[in-house]
Amino acid sequence: MDTQQHLSSVHTHEEAHHGHTHASVSHHAGGHHLLQVENLCVGFQMYETLPQQSSPAKGIACKEKQTKRFGFFSRTTTRQTMQWVIDHLSLSVHTGEILAVVGASGSGKTLLADAIMGLYDTNTCVEGVIYYDGVKQDASSLTALRGSEIAFVPQSVKSLDPLMKIGKQIGGDPARRAELFERYSLSTDVEGLYPFELSGGMARRVLLCTALMGNPRLIIADEPTPGLDLELAVQAMKDFRTFADEGKGVLLITHDIELALRVADRVAVFKDGTVVEETAVANFAAPHLLNHPFSRALWHALPEHDFSFEGEL
Amino acid sequence: MASLVARNIVKFIVLMFAVSVVTFVLVGISPIDPVQANVGQSAYASMSEDQRADLARYWGTGTPLFERYINWASAFIQGDMGTSLRFNAPVSEVLVNRSFNTLALMALAWVLSGIFGLAMGIVAGIKQGTLIDRIIKGYCFVLASTPTFWLALIVLMVFAVWLGWFPIGFSAPIGKSAADITIFDLLHHIILPALTLSVVGVANVALHTREKTIDIMESDYIRFAQARGMSRLQAARKHGLRNLALPAISLQFASISEIFGGSVLVEQVFSYPGLGQAAVNAGVGSDVALLVGITLVSAAIVFGGNLIANILYRVIDPRIKRRGDAL
Amino acid sequence: MSRKHLFANEESALHEGNDASLQAASVQAATLSAQGFELPTVFHRPAVRRFNNRRQTKLICLVSAAILVAIALIGVLLMPVAMESDLSQARQAPSFEHPFGTDNLGHDMLIRTVAGLSTSIGIGLFAALVSSIIALILGTVAALGGKKADACITWLTDLMLGIPHIVFLLLISYALGKGFWGVALGVAFTHWPSLCRVIRAEVLQVKQSSYVAVARSLGRSPLYIALHHVLPAVLPQYLVGLILMFPHAILHEAAITFLGFGLPPEQPAIGIILSESMSYLSVGMWWLAVFPGLALLLVVLLFDRAGQGLRRLLDPARAQE
Repeated sequence: MDTQQHLSSVHTHEEAHHGHTHASVSHHAGGHHLLQVENLCVGFQMYETLPQQSSPAKGIACKEKQTKRFGFFSRTTTRQTMQWVIDHLSLSVHTGEILAVVGASGSGKTLLADAIMGLYDTNTCVEGVIYYDGVKQDASSLTALRGSEIAFVPQSVKSLDPLMKIGKQIGGDPARRAELFERYSLSTDVEGLYPFELSGGMARRVLLCTALMGNPRLIIADEPTPGLDLELAVQAMKDFRTFADEGKGVLLITHDIELALRVADRVAVFKDGTVVEETAVANFAAPHLLNHPFSRALWHALPEHDFSFEGEL
Repeated sequence: MASLVARNIVKFIVLMFAVSVVTFVLVGISPIDPVQANVGQSAYASMSEDQRADLARYWGTGTPLFERYINWASAFIQGDMGTSLRFNAPVSEVLVNRSFNTLALMALAWVLSGIFGLAMGIVAGIKQGTLIDRIIKGYCFVLASTPTFWLALIVLMVFAVWLGWFPIGFSAPIGKSAADITIFDLLHHIILPALTLSVVGVANVALHTREKTIDIMESDYIRFAQARGMSRLQAARKHGLRNLALPAISLQFASISEIFGGSVLVEQVFSYPGLGQAAVNAGVGSDVALLVGITLVSAAIVFGGNLIANILYRVIDPRIKRRGDAL
Repeated sequence: MSRKHLFANEESALHEGNDASLQAASVQAATLSAQGFELPTVFHRPAVRRFNNRRQTKLICLVSAAILVAIALIGVLLMPVAMESDLSQARQAPSFEHPFGTDNLGHDMLIRTVAGLSTSIGIGLFAALVSSIIALILGTVAALGGKKADACITWLTDLMLGIPHIVFLLLISYALGKGFWGVALGVAFTHWPSLCRVIRAEVLQVKQSSYVAVARSLGRSPLYIALHHVLPAVLPQYLVGLILMFPHAILHEAAITFLGFGLPPEQPAIGIILSESMSYLSVGMWWLAVFPGLALLLVVLLFDRAGQGLRRLLDPARAQE
């Protein structure tokens, strides 16, 4: 199917296509999505240790006890299996918008960021279709995009080298660095500090500045707010808003649905390794505007809706 | 700072005391009578009758262990460590002479094994799972199982006996007077033992560095560096080395005990006149005063290594340094 | 649309190893693209790894153990033969008749080496066993016996590690008048500190675990808890530690014997053989040093492999490595 051409570069938010609805700020610059992910699958190679079927005559309780404690005596075999954590996931990021991917903590959302950033663990299996700016990507072209076109904002200060001063760590053109520091209200002293000397808010802004050094068009932010107080979290979101308003895109991965509804333009609901619904924030106004039962359950779980659960989660 | 120095001085004194007591007890319960064992020694032969009686009172099995220790300790505090019967000289003099050779040997082996071990560990860690990683790992595992003294024997046989590139032993040519010995002579004699010692030491450093490298390559900051567009190798160069150097150097200082142990064996094979060979001589010949002295010196060397390792952590790591509670 | 993973197709084709399934995979791919579905791009595949086969690891453990037991037994049987000297056969280079050559007195070096290895294995076994029991007791006492006991044992461990290992061995051997007991007890008394630390940490962990708390609240006696909860949890670590201690024990036995503090010269031991060989290096009797040392190296390596294999089997967390 021709997924790449759009008749118009602006959709009204009621209009659905590619399985998603749009927000008013969503643009299809150049007639395509900024980032389009289709049927992404990420799996882990696992080694399962299975007890071998022992003959029934030997099934004495005492023997079993031993089996549990001393692996050496147990008759086991190891089987390789593929555990698919992300399974046929599709989503799109438009220019000018913030798309929030919302799902439970520890459900594998981070793997989505890793897959798009081209960061693969040795025992993973990653396949699917990824378009960036209308061009189909493979592993090596994705690698070439990172840093310059796609920037990653990690979640914690641990992503900074603990033994290197901030200024040296960010590197690049000092003028650009100063410009970014000013925009995100970081004093120039910060350049001489080590990561452990940063406050949570400073660290987050340093990470953002680091990501922006290469002047990217797409930011992928992985849980950028935990550990920040509300004010800082709002500030962080404002920074993303500013970025998106410049005609760029943000993919915000978070477990915080309230935050997502407040700052994002569209929400992709992540459940069981896939996106069950990708819709404009406006549709979270009432449950009947949402298609998937899980999205409706999320709606009902919001504090202002008295946590009244409806249907299965 | 002052409290750290004080704490370490106290720790050192307690350690020296404990080591001397342990050594004395061990030497004291031995069924070997040190005076009887040395009756044939030239030092013993040249003694006057009074001196022999003194010696027997000092070390002989007739004197209670406690009394012997008090004798020794009170002399030690006044700077007298006793007389070595084996070398017919004050123990302190033997220790000073020997320490120079041993420290030179250990320092050379220490630097060599540190550099090669670090390099091999980093390469294996970055290239984890590849052929070169497996070769380096295999080399380390085999070396960890190799008897040091056997390797020394083989090295001696090949490079000194067959090829004749290096002398068979000692720290300087025999028969040359001390004034005539050049630095080249010393180097020529130290290379084989030092190389043997470092080849064995490499395994430990390399395996530890490899583990650490793998940890670092999976760390968030290396991943972030890659996400910023650096290649794996660039990221390793910019952020890996810095984070690796500290634990590696500390480990290397903390492993001085093992290098010293290796030097005892290597010195024995190469007849290299260091502390280790003196310790063996002292043990075989029941030269108790020297044995106690060497044990103390070796414990002091190990203590020094560990202390440097601890201090390095505090001085180099900005996380500790900048918090103000450094040292 | 077909919700299948490309990887699964490749896998089954790879596993079944026949063209039919490979064809099926490609046919499926072709159908997919004909239907207008885009073929997924492969971004990453798991590295092909040598399969961590438990059965193979077990086999390695058992074979190593069998070889070591065989060497130990054959060595004991050969002990009297190893002492026999035949001066007419002296100083022979390795030959079919004497694969390891003969020494100055006409001892067959192969027989002498096997006998020596047997002695080494015996001493190693004894020393490692004693040492590991010391470690087990001290480690458990340190973890369970209160602050003072912990401080004492930690200090003792630090003291042990503060004197170079060889020097300590030398002193203990000297204290015991050298000989068999000198070396055996010397090795036994100096190898416990690192295992002691491991066991202390392990016991502390068990002590803080919830099931011990439950057992305690149920009124179980400390002895009951020690036997039913602590011991089973510590046992795997203990066994691995014990087996990995053998190589060190054997190497140190050989080293201390080599230095002249261990077994008496008439006994066939690797340390003695190698120490004697030093006198004959310059006359070109290389076989006296090469083969016995190599044999010792192999025995140590076997023990090490067996220990590492056992650790992989007992410690599932490392099995993925």
